[in-house]
Amino acid sequence: MHPAFSVVFLTTLIGAGQGLFLALFTVESYAAFGLLPAQTNGLYAVGSAIAMVLLVLGLIASFFHLGHPERAWRAATQWRTSWLSREVIVLPAFMGTVFLYGMAHWLGINPVLAQLPSGAPVNVTAVLGVVGTVLAFALYVCTGMIYACLRFLREWHTPLTVINYILLGGASGFTLAAALAADVAPDVMPVLAGWALIITALGLIGRVAALIRNARLKPKSSLQTAIGIKHPKIAQKAQGMMGGAFNTREFFHGRPGSVLRAVKWIFLLGAFAVPSVLLGLGLVSMAGDVLAFAFVVQYLGLLAERWFFFAQANHPQNLYYQSVA
Amino acid sequence: MTQLALVIDLNVCVGCHACVTNCKEWNTSGEAGPLVDQNPYGKDPTGTFFNRVQTFEVGEFPNTETVHFPKSCLHCEEPPCVPVCPTGASYKRKEDGIVLVDYDKCIGCKYCSWACPYGAREIDEHQKVMKKCTLCVDRIYDTTMTAEERRPACVRACPTSARLFGDIHDPESEVSKAIREAGGYQLMPEWGTNPANHYLPRRKTKLRIREDELERADNPLKIDQQLPKPGKAEPSLDDVTSW
Repeated sequence: MHPAFSVVFLTTLIGAGQGLFLALFTVESYAAFGLLPAQTNGLYAVGSAIAMVLLVLGLIASFFHLGHPERAWRAATQWRTSWLSREVIVLPAFMGTVFLYGMAHWLGINPVLAQLPSGAPVNVTAVLGVVGTVLAFALYVCTGMIYACLRFLREWHTPLTVINYILLGGASGFTLAAALAADVAPDVMPVLAGWALIITALGLIGRVAALIRNARLKPKSSLQTAIGIKHPKIAQKAQGMMGGAFNTREFFHGRPGSVLRAVKWIFLLGAFAVPSVLLGLGLVSMAGDVLAFAFVVQYLGLLAERWFFFAQANHPQNLYYQSVA
Repeated sequence: MTQLALVIDLNVCVGCHACVTNCKEWNTSGEAGPLVDQNPYGKDPTGTFFNRVQTFEVGEFPNTETVHFPKSCLHCEEPPCVPVCPTGASYKRKEDGIVLVDYDKCIGCKYCSWACPYGAREIDEHQKVMKKCTLCVDRIYDTTMTAEERRPACVRACPTSARLFGDIHDPESEVSKAIREAGGYQLMPEWGTNPANHYLPRRKTKLRIREDELERADNPLKIDQQLPKPGKAEPSLDDVTSW
C-alpha cells in the first residue's frame, strides 16, 4: 500500500495521546490505592492538556486524508458495519472524556461520589478515568480493526495488528508521561518509566512476531486466480493505460525493497532499542530531558514503523498492474 | 431476486478497447458529472475510468496465446467494499444487485478501494469521490430508449459481442445459459466475494463442417432425381486442369 502521511500521523499521534491518558490514570489509580504518593492536580491537568494536543493534531491530520472533509460527519452513521465509522464515534467521545478529566483536575472540582468497601474514595476523576480507559482501549481496537478486518490484506489480517496498536501507542504514551513526570512529579517518574520500558519490550515482541508472521505469508491470490486462466506461465503485456492510474498510485509504496528493509531496521532501533536505552538512562539519572529525548526518538521511530506497516501490505489488486505497455 | 451482471467472453474479446471508449463517453457525459482526466494531452495522461482492457500473454514462446482481459467492477454478491464504508455512500441495490456509490455522501476516504481485492474502484482526483462501474444504471432503465439501447454502453459498443448483459439469477437468461454452457467462472474465488460478473474461458476454436453443409439436402434437383452434372465421382475442374 502507499503510506498516506495523514494516516501515519493520525495513528501515531492519537496512539501516543491515548497512551499518555492511560499513564495518567495509572498514576491516579495507584495513588488512590496508596501504591504511590498522592499527586497534585498539576500532573493530571498538564498531562491531559498534552494528550488533548496530540489527539487534536491527530484529528487534524485525519482530515487531510479525506476528499470531502466537510462531509466527515456522515462517517459516524455506519457504526453497525464499519470499523472506520466506529473510530469516528469513539475518537471524539474519548477526546471529550480527556477534556473533562483534565478540566476536573485543573479546576479542582473532584467531589467523592462513593466509597469502595476497602475505604478508597471514588471521585469524579476516577469515574472519568475509568470511562476514558475503556474508550482509549476501544479506540485502539477500532484503529487496529480498520486494518485487521481487511481479509485479503493478509499482512494486516491478524490479531497482532490490534495488539501492536495497543502496545506501540501505550509505549509512546508512557514514555511521554515519564518525561512529563520528571519535571512535574519526580516521585512517580520511576513507575512510569518502568512501565514504559515494559510496554516497549512487549511492543517489540509483538512487532517482531508480526514481522516473522508476515515474512512467512504465502499469497493466496495469483495471476492465475486473478484472471482465471490456469496456465502456470502468464505475463502481463498491457494494463490498459500507460500514464498510470489510481490503481498504480494508491496500492504500492513505489520504493525499492532496499528502502523497505532499511526502514524496518530504522524503526526497530528508533521505536524500541534506542528509547529503551534512553529510558534506562533517564530512570537512573532522573533526567527529564533524557526522557523527553527518549519520547522524541520513539515517536520518530513509530512514524517509521507506521510507514513500514502500510508499505509492507501487498494488495492483491497489484496482480493486475504489473507491466506498462 | 435480480442480480444484473456482465458476462465477458475471453474467447471472443479482441482487445479493441471500444468498451473502454464508449464507457468513458457515456459516463463522462451523464448527470453525475464528468469522469475527470488529468493531463489528457500531456506526457503522462491519467484519469478515471470504469473499465480497462488488459492484455496477458499465456504460455512460453513460441507456444503463446494472447488473452485480452476487460476489467471493471464485478458487482459482487458479497461486496467487501460496502460494509467498510463509514458513510453509507457505498451500497448494493436490493432490487437489481448493482453496487453503487452515492457521490453526494462519499467523503473520499478511499477505504472501500482498499477493501476491494480487484482494484475496481478509482478515485476521481477532481471531484474527490470514489467512482466505479454503475452497469450504466442511468441507461438500462431509461424508457425513452429502445429496448435494444437499454444495455450498458460497453455491451452496446463491443463489435464481437464478447460482452453479455443480463440477470444471472434468472436461469433462463442469456447470461445464465452462457455461464452454464460455456463454463463461466468468477475472479479470485478464494476471497468469497461471489462476483456477479463472470468470465467465459477461452476455447479451442474449431471449424466443423458437416456433409449436409457441403451439399444441400433440400436441393430441388434431388427431388427431381436430376443430380448435378458432372457427378461427384467425376473428375473436377481441378483434376482436369492440373496437368
